[in-house]
Amino acid sequence: MTTYDIEAGEGGRRKAASLAGGLSTPILARAAKDAFLKLDPRKLTGNPVIFATWIVALLSTVSAVAAIAAQQSAGFAVQVSLWLWATVLFANLAESVAEGRGKAAADSLRAARVTTKAKLIIDEQAGTIIPTPAHKLVPGELVLVEAGDVVPTDGEIVEGMASVNEAAITGESAPVIRESGGDRSAVTGGTTVVSDWIKVRVTAAPGSTFLDRMIAMVEGADRRKTPNEIALAVLLAGLTLIFLIAVVTLLGLGKFSGVVLDPLVLGALFITLIPTTIGGLLSAVGIAGMDRLLKVNVLATSGRAVEAAGDVDTLLLDKTGTITFGNRMATEVIAAPGVRPDAALRAAVMASLADETPEGRSIVELGRQQGLALEAPEGATAIPFSATTRQSGLDVDGRSWRKGAVDAVYRSLAIDPKRIPAEVMAAVDRIARSGGTPLAVSEDGALVGVIHLKDVVKPGVKARFADLRRMGLRTVMITGDNPVTAAAIASEAGVDDFLAEATPEDKLRLIRAEQSKGRLVAMCGDGANDAPALAQADVGVAMQTGAQAAREAGNMVDLDSDPTKVIEIVEVGKQMLITRGALTTFSIANDVAKYFAIIPAMFVVALPALGGLNIMKLASPQSAILSAVIFNALVIVALIPLALKGVKYRAIGAGKLLSRNLLIYGVGGLVAPFVGIKLIDMVVSALGLA
Amino acid sequence: MNWQGWAEIALTLGLAVGIGWPLGVYMSRVWNGERTWLDPVLAPIERLFYAAGGIDPRKGQSWIGYAGALLAFNAVGFFLVYGVLRLQGVLPLNPQGFAGLSPHLAFNTAVSFVTNTNWQSYGGETTMSTLSQMLVLTVQNFVSAATGAAIAAALARGFIANKGQDVGNFWSDVIRTTLWVLLPLCVVVAIVLVALGVPQTLAAGVTAHTLEGGEQKISLFATASQLAVKQLGINGGGIFNVNSAHPFENPTPLTNLITAVSINVLGWAAFFAFGRSVLAKKDVRALVVAAAVLLSAGAGAIYVTETQAPPAQVAAHVDASVNMEGKEVRFGAPSTAAWAAMTTGASNGSVNGMHSSLMPLGGGVTMFLMQLGEILPGGIGSGIAIMVVMALLAVFVAGLMVGRTPEYLGKKIEAREIQFSMLAVLVIPLFMLGFAAIAAILPEALKGLMHGGPHGLSEILYAYVSTTANNGSAFGGLTANAPWWNTTLGLAMMFGRFAPIVAVLAIAGALAAKPKLAPTAGAMPTHGGLFVGLLIGVILILGGLQFFPALALGPIVEHFQALAFVAQR
Repeated sequence: MTTYDIEAGEGGRRKAASLAGGLSTPILARAAKDAFLKLDPRKLTGNPVIFATWIVALLSTVSAVAAIAAQQSAGFAVQVSLWLWATVLFANLAESVAEGRGKAAADSLRAARVTTKAKLIIDEQAGTIIPTPAHKLVPGELVLVEAGDVVPTDGEIVEGMASVNEAAITGESAPVIRESGGDRSAVTGGTTVVSDWIKVRVTAAPGSTFLDRMIAMVEGADRRKTPNEIALAVLLAGLTLIFLIAVVTLLGLGKFSGVVLDPLVLGALFITLIPTTIGGLLSAVGIAGMDRLLKVNVLATSGRAVEAAGDVDTLLLDKTGTITFGNRMATEVIAAPGVRPDAALRAAVMASLADETPEGRSIVELGRQQGLALEAPEGATAIPFSATTRQSGLDVDGRSWRKGAVDAVYRSLAIDPKRIPAEVMAAVDRIARSGGTPLAVSEDGALVGVIHLKDVVKPGVKARFADLRRMGLRTVMITGDNPVTAAAIASEAGVDDFLAEATPEDKLRLIRAEQSKGRLVAMCGDGANDAPALAQADVGVAMQTGAQAAREAGNMVDLDSDPTKVIEIVEVGKQMLITRGALTTFSIANDVAKYFAIIPAMFVVALPALGGLNIMKLASPQSAILSAVIFNALVIVALIPLALKGVKYRAIGAGKLLSRNLLIYGVGGLVAPFVGIKLIDMVVSALGLA
Repeated sequence: MNWQGWAEIALTLGLAVGIGWPLGVYMSRVWNGERTWLDPVLAPIERLFYAAGGIDPRKGQSWIGYAGALLAFNAVGFFLVYGVLRLQGVLPLNPQGFAGLSPHLAFNTAVSFVTNTNWQSYGGETTMSTLSQMLVLTVQNFVSAATGAAIAAALARGFIANKGQDVGNFWSDVIRTTLWVLLPLCVVVAIVLVALGVPQTLAAGVTAHTLEGGEQKISLFATASQLAVKQLGINGGGIFNVNSAHPFENPTPLTNLITAVSINVLGWAAFFAFGRSVLAKKDVRALVVAAAVLLSAGAGAIYVTETQAPPAQVAAHVDASVNMEGKEVRFGAPSTAAWAAMTTGASNGSVNGMHSSLMPLGGGVTMFLMQLGEILPGGIGSGIAIMVVMALLAVFVAGLMVGRTPEYLGKKIEAREIQFSMLAVLVIPLFMLGFAAIAAILPEALKGLMHGGPHGLSEILYAYVSTTANNGSAFGGLTANAPWWNTTLGLAMMFGRFAPIVAVLAIAGALAAKPKLAPTAGAMPTHGGLFVGLLIGVILILGGLQFFPALALGPIVEHFQALAFVAQR
């Protein structure tokens, strides 16, 4: 895949190193320790499959100890017990490793907590300040933060303006401007004021600041099961019960058939049949999903939100910054009749020399590309843009150049609209219809041409949207432009629909309309007026730089404040669901081979004819059972990396994706244990273990 | 094996699907209250029922209300049957003068007919009075079938609803299915059967003078009418003890074909009706294909096992290319194989040959088809309902692999649906294996067995599998008319019937309350070959694999032992 800007903000990449690091040795060591701590059965009750394994491991250990005490041969019982404990440990390990990265990230965030005293303003008029510990600040209080100070807690700037280094939160070290009023008035506890000073009204209660929430999120402290996880847990519990019935009833059926069944073997059969693989990896998959979001610098308030991201049907994308570069750029200058093209271009550049806006610079840049490098002459007067004239330009030595909105220029030149040259009219019309913005250029009071300013669509977005469409996602472009401009950009970018002249209320209405058709909607936003829409959307991504209200309304926060991130979030959500499904399918498909390993082994002594079912030709009944148990334990370890990394998501359409994954994890799940158990059996019998 | 045999099996199975299709369209119209050509005759009768019962058919019921009505209706049916059977000795229309039934037999039989199982612990012609046969058993043959159809109709409404409350009206569903679908079809088939030589009379029987000069009483009964509903209603309880192997119930190959097709035709019709009602014909066609593939595989497997030379006969140097034990000479192996698969794939239970005389693996196949939960195509409505449960599970397990939380026919599958789906599939092994395991070690139960060893285990297993699945066919050799068997088999039938029904209705209610999702390209496709393959895999692994150990101790070991027996010679 080619890299386009839309893929991930650079900040995201940088952040990957700072917040969610790789699997270092200390993380693994801590995970291994946690795996043992999690052997406490009270911690396993939420996971019926592993809890059942725990019970059977305990029972088999008791039987092994009893055998040793009775001085019978206990080698087989001891080995089976050890591998059953290993199964539980490996499942715990998977969870601990997944949690490990979050815990490490949380530790680094804790370091950002403010330990210095805040400057609490108790009398605004007098400016009386009392140093107060940050954790004692309550909402409504005012604090002063000066250059070099760490912002003590979350708040709104009520006075002043400052540049703030937010690296502690976002990993992005370039300072951002924060000022009172508007959407950039929120400051976050733990960030540092680099210059100037601000007065901040505290908005967060102690313990519930953004940093606190962030720590809780990355740590997974209040991790609750997502709806799909709950449903899956029900399925797994049901399967466990079904296999319990199948195994326990063998006591009666076996007795009738004259088969003496060793409870240890029944226990082993039970454990190998119940879905220990997915049971052991389920929570790790969920945690890893949150972790992957963290890697792209997005904080999800809940796993539920990550899951919903995978289900999103409609993506609302802001045009500016997501679909287009955000700045209109000059692409051509059309000369008026009787004016030479290079003269028109020259006039356009002259009119823009003093214009420091991106549009103005793009006109100068266009001239440079066409070999016209001009500098502002000595003594030139810049005529700035004003709301009343709606044009800007340059005056020098009695000459003047202006550029501006077409009607404004006409008016200032006192041109009768009926006498405008047809060529100019046609050019203006063409530019407007193509979604561009026409600017008229005048030189010394005469109309000389029209500049074509264009909203340039980012390269690659069209392909990206086509991918999304294949996955069943509709893209809707949101823009404040007029419908004509919006339609032109929409068709150029290949979005499915657009909302022109959009107000925040329109957005909210659109989300509700989509939801009433049974669709899930994702959007991103940063303004306070986006808050209702963010709250209404199924996945609302708030920008970290955005207003406090927006950050609280959304269920995700993008620390990079990159509006294209929502696409990546959807992909992470899908990846998590795919991984969960793949492991479940693999786990269940494994059962076929385990039956063929254990059933003949259980019955063959009493009913030698059933040796015919030993299609794997396993060495002995005991080695068959032991091999199945070992395979069952090892497969969990083998799949931990997959559970953490996730199954790769491909935008190839649901049908193709399903057949591909079914082939790998379904058919693979059928075949793998036949091979694996046979190989383990060869090792076990070669080592004389059973 | 020969091509004629394969062709006969294909024709029998194919006809059932082929006729089921248009019938399904009609059935869907009946469920939906659309206009049909029978309305002028039946609508006034329908209104009569509503007036008598004070029912407003347009008033929908919540799933709980629907389930409550269903259970109440069946409870009343149960007590009615129980009462009549106990008292038949003093009731009229009892020409043979049969006595009332014992409490446990009456319980078993009442449950059996209310649950559409038609397990018979008794021989019909020597136990049941004409009144019992006609008034209570035949009535239940109709309404128990209609009860099954009703749950499919309710489930369909659950899928169709968009944040809805109700799943339809139970009374209306039962009355309409009985009047519009079952009665007219049974009348037609009964008349055809009479024309083909099946008796239909209220006389007790005829007395024949045998060549030895003795006298023999031959029972006749109103066989054709009851035979029609026995097959079409997927009931399976024969007038005669040997069921459709009896020359009066099944005199010719043609009646065999008609009655065999009748076993499955309404089961398939309910599939198609469900598809039309939920506007998901393509998706339901995939369910039909999956079920047809499994059923054909079952019929084929039985045909293969029955046309192998039986090892014991080979060992004895007897020329036998076909296992004819327990088969009617006028039908032969293909007809028996097709029937055996169709009757166990549906929850019918009628037989035209003895299943205990099938080769071990052939007998194992009949058990396995029932263990899958009676979905091939199963009972009218109950089959498609459980098939949809299997589809929900298949979509839930594999659907995640497309990167969305699973949805089926526009409804998200979440914890509640999975919870009740698992309940529906959990009941099956619980009663099949649970009771079998107890019976296998209980001296009281073992008295009823004819054989020991693997075949004896198969007799036990088959009885509980057949009753839990509401099939009703029996593996001969078991004498079931005893307190232990009658009671436990009755319980197996009751829970095997009503636990899944309540679960399905709960699913219908949960689905109804959800928003109906617009189809998107990102959702998992639930039609086409890939889904059929997935569904078959899930049915076999989730629905069947747990029975593998039990089957290993019964038919599978019997098979290997037979092979070993020959090898030793």
